[in-house]
Amino acid sequence: MKRVLVIGATSAIAEATARRYAAEGARLALVARNRDRLDAVAEDLRQRGAAGVSTHVLDVLEHERHEAVLDEADRALDGIDFALVAHGTLPDQSACEASPELTRQAFEINCTSTIGLVTLLANRLEPRGAGTIGVISSVAGDRGRASNYVYGAAKGAVTLFLGGLRNRLHGSGVRVLTIKPGFVDTPMTAEFPKGPLWASPERIARGIHRAEGRGRDVVHLPGFWLGIMLVIRSIPEGLFKRLSL
Amino acid sequence: MSREKASYRSWGRYPAGRSDRVIPLAWRDEPLPALEHSSCLAHGNGRSYGDSCLNDGATLLGTRGLDRICDFDPATGDFECEPGLLLEDLLELMLPHGWFAPVVPGTRYVTIGGAVANDIHGKNHHLLGSFGAHVRSLELLRSDGSRLRCSPTEHADLFRATIGGLGLTGLITRVRMRLKPVRSGDIEQETTPFGGLQEFFELCRETEERFEHTVAWIDCLASGRSLGRGVMICGNHADDESTRRPPRGVLRSVPAAPPFSLVNGLSIRTFNALFYRRHALASGRSRVHHRTFFFPLDGIRNWNRIYGRRGFMQYQCVVPPDAGPEAIGDMLRLIARRRTGSFLAVLKRFGTHERRGLLSFARPGVTLALDFPNRGERTLALLEELDGITRACRGAVYCAKDARMSPESFRAYYPEWAELEALRDPAFDSSFWRRVTESSS
Repeated sequence: MKRVLVIGATSAIAEATARRYAAEGARLALVARNRDRLDAVAEDLRQRGAAGVSTHVLDVLEHERHEAVLDEADRALDGIDFALVAHGTLPDQSACEASPELTRQAFEINCTSTIGLVTLLANRLEPRGAGTIGVISSVAGDRGRASNYVYGAAKGAVTLFLGGLRNRLHGSGVRVLTIKPGFVDTPMTAEFPKGPLWASPERIARGIHRAEGRGRDVVHLPGFWLGIMLVIRSIPEGLFKRLSL
Repeated sequence: MSREKASYRSWGRYPAGRSDRVIPLAWRDEPLPALEHSSCLAHGNGRSYGDSCLNDGATLLGTRGLDRICDFDPATGDFECEPGLLLEDLLELMLPHGWFAPVVPGTRYVTIGGAVANDIHGKNHHLLGSFGAHVRSLELLRSDGSRLRCSPTEHADLFRATIGGLGLTGLITRVRMRLKPVRSGDIEQETTPFGGLQEFFELCRETEERFEHTVAWIDCLASGRSLGRGVMICGNHADDESTRRPPRGVLRSVPAAPPFSLVNGLSIRTFNALFYRRHALASGRSRVHHRTFFFPLDGIRNWNRIYGRRGFMQYQCVVPPDAGPEAIGDMLRLIARRRTGSFLAVLKRFGTHERRGLLSFARPGVTLALDFPNRGERTLALLEELDGITRACRGAVYCAKDARMSPESFRAYYPEWAELEALRDPAFDSSFWRRVTESSS
C-alpha cells in the first residue's frame, strides 16, 4: 500500500492523480487551503478505494506552518512513499508587469513556497533513504515568453532547484521527479481558448502516475511537449525575441 | 470562470449550437457564476440527441468537473454523487461492491445529472420504471442563491419538476439514489427472432415474466408479410460472482465525419438483413459482458459521425397500450414506404409505472426509436407524418432525442409543460425550451 502526500490536493491535476492512487488502494494525506473543497475531494477518494484519507488545511504562504503540517500528514500516513507538490496559481501577466508587488506574490505562491516545502520534504525523506518527491513545474519554465514570463520564471526557478536537489539526493535513495505539463484544461486555465495541444487533467495524471512508478527524473506531459520544447529551447535568443509564441 | 467561445453540438450533430460561452464548474458548494444577463443551462456529456442540452447564444454550465462521489453505503446501496459523474465511472466503481445502476440507457457515457434531467429509461422499465423512480433526493441550486434539498417530501413540486425537467429548474448539485444489488457484471442473454408485430407482443408477455431486461430490434425496412420482423433480446444479471473481461470494440473510433452520410438505403438494407439472419441463426442463450448487452454502440467512439456532417435525427415515441399494435404498424408501413430507416430500430414495451417527473417520457405503452440521416426537408416531413400518428393516438415523443417537433405537438404530448414553466428557474433556459414553448401566433 502506497502512502501518498498531495499538496495542493484540490487542484485539478492533483485530484485526478490522487484518484489513480486511490484506485490502487493507497493511503492519502491531502493538503489544501479550502476546507470545504478538501472535504469534498477526500470523501470522493475514500469511495474510489483509498485505504485512508487524512486532510490538512494549509495556506502555503504561511511558511511558519509548513513543518507542522508536514509532520501531521507524515504521522497520518505513517511515512511517505510519494509526495506530490501541486499547488499553484496562474498570475495575470499584464497585471504583474504593472506591479512588482503582484509579481512577488506570484513568486511566493508558485516558487518560494514550493521550494520551502520541498526542502523540508527532502530533509525528512533523506535520512529514511526512500521515497519520491514529485513537483509540478511547467514547460513555461523552459523559456521566457512575453505572454507569461512571471509564471514561467517562477516555474523555471523550481525546475532548476529540483535539478540541484536531484543531484544532491542522488545515491540517497530519494528520487526527485520534475513534472512539466503543457497546456492543461483546468479551472486555472479556464479563460483560455482551447486547441489541439490541450490535454485533460486525467491524461496528465496518468503520466505522473506512470513516471513515479518508473522512477523517472523529468517528464513532459503529454510526451509530445518534449519535442516541442527541444525546438523552442534551440531557437537563438536574437530570433526568439522577435517571435510571438 | 470561462469566457471560452465554443460551438457545442449535441449527439445528433443537428442542430449545431453556438453557445456564447461555456463555464466549467468544479465545486458543488459554491454559488452559481455571474451570468451577466444571459440565461444558462447545465451541460453534462452532451449525449442528448437534439437541442435539449444546448443554449444557443447564451451560457452553458459544464458539469463534468462536478464528478465526485459524496456518500456511499456498501451495505444498503445508498449512493450520493455530484451531477457530472459519468454512468461509466459509477458502474466501474460500484460493481466491485456488488452494486449496479438501477436503470441504464443505451450508452454509458451519460452523466448522472443528465439521467435525472431526462428521466431516462432502460431495458428494465417493465420491472423497475425510469431512473427517476430510484432517485431519493436532489440538491438544487437556484439562481436566487437558494440551495434546496428536494425529495418526495421536501419541495416535492420542484422534485417532480426536476426529474425529467430538462435542466430547467436550476443546477442539480447532488443526486441521492438507491443502487441495485447484482452478483456479476455479466448478463445471461437470450435472443429470439420474431416474424411480425403480433408475435412481438406475444413475446413481450412471455419474456417480461422471465427477464429483467427486454428489448427488440426490428427491421424497419421489411414490408408486407415481414413487416415488423425482428429479434427480441432479453437478459438477466448472472448470479455467480464472476465477470468476463470487457469487450474491445472492433472499430475503435470514427475519426471524422464524412461529407455525406454513410447510412443510406443500401447500407441499411444490407445491415438489417444480415442482422436478422445472424440472430435468427444464432438465437438462444449466451453469456455476455454487461457492456455488450447494454451499450453495444459505445464500442465505436463517435459512431454518430457515420451520418456525415449534416448529422442525424432520432425519433422516439411512445404510444398507449391500446393503440400500440396498430399505431406501430402504421409507422413501420410509412417508414418502409419512404425507404428510409435506421440501423437500429428499437421497440420496447414499457411497464405500468406511474411517471415520476412532470415531463417524464416513459409511460405505459410501447416505445419505438429510430434514427434517420438528416436529409433536410424530406426527413423533417417524414418525422412530421410520424408525429401525426403519435398525436392521433395520444402518445408522446422523447424530448431528449428531439430536434424538430412543433410547439403544437409538444403541448399535446406534454400538457404539464405549463407547470414546469411556472417552476422553471428564470435564469435557466435551453434552445429546446425556447423552440417548443414559443407561441404559435
